[in-house]
Amino acid sequence: MKPNDVILQSVTKVAVVIIFTFSVYLFMNGHHNPGGGFIGGLSTAAAIVLLYLAFDIEKVRENIRIDFKKLTAIGVLLAVCTGLGGVVFGKEFLTQAFGYFELPVFGETELTSALIFDTGVALAVIGTAVNIILSISEDR
Amino acid sequence: MNGITEIITAIFILIGSVISLLAAVGLVRLPDVYTRSHAASKSSTLGVLCVLTGTLLFFLMSDGYFSIRLILGIFFVFLTAPVAAHVICRAAYRNNAPVADTMVEDELKEYYELHPDYKKKSVVVEETTVQVED
Repeated sequence: MKPNDVILQSVTKVAVVIIFTFSVYLFMNGHHNPGGGFIGGLSTAAAIVLLYLAFDIEKVRENIRIDFKKLTAIGVLLAVCTGLGGVVFGKEFLTQAFGYFELPVFGETELTSALIFDTGVALAVIGTAVNIILSISEDR
Repeated sequence: MNGITEIITAIFILIGSVISLLAAVGLVRLPDVYTRSHAASKSSTLGVLCVLTGTLLFFLMSDGYFSIRLILGIFFVFLTAPVAAHVICRAAYRNNAPVADTMVEDELKEYYELHPDYKKKSVVVEETTVQVED
């Protein structure tokens, strides 16, 4: 007989939405406020681990079809490519560029290449953290 | 900043910290897992909520800054703390945690006797076979 986890599972469904929203908030505000790629990635990984705790590992793996080892590699690749972008334009490695753009919804927004680097950091952190938890929890 | 702001926020934070202190006293004084969880979950949740509300009101009235993070924190604590207490209590009951002798009736016991697979009978070390890799 399966254990009855209704309360834990239904609260997890609400809480995970809040945690994902808050981690996106932390990630996007890293330039001017406390936050950034590392802590945004870690809180995203915490939400994924909460999903693994409340539901089966197999069930989550069916619904989030991401290979977290590949996600780590993509993150590192993204960070290195952002650094190489400075070299392409004749500057030093990891030179960042920024500019102000008119976006349709947000109005005038400051976009920097540091955001892409931060995305790489966040993906690498998510991949590493979830991968560690999964490899500890799995039976041989 | 005027005096009323300080008085209101000070009252909120004082109430919150006193309730948290009561939760800690209940955690020390009460006899078993379930009564301790009853003290710790409810009153510490209310204490944290009072402190967060006081902080929210302080920044709202003194700086005019409405912190959405504090609202989110209040909602999140209110949502998750009772569930954590529920999960801890159920894990304790399934593992036959000792109950205080003031307990009169155990209604949940009949349910678990109907469905014996739910509850561990006692602490039994399961036989495990260790496979040695070649």
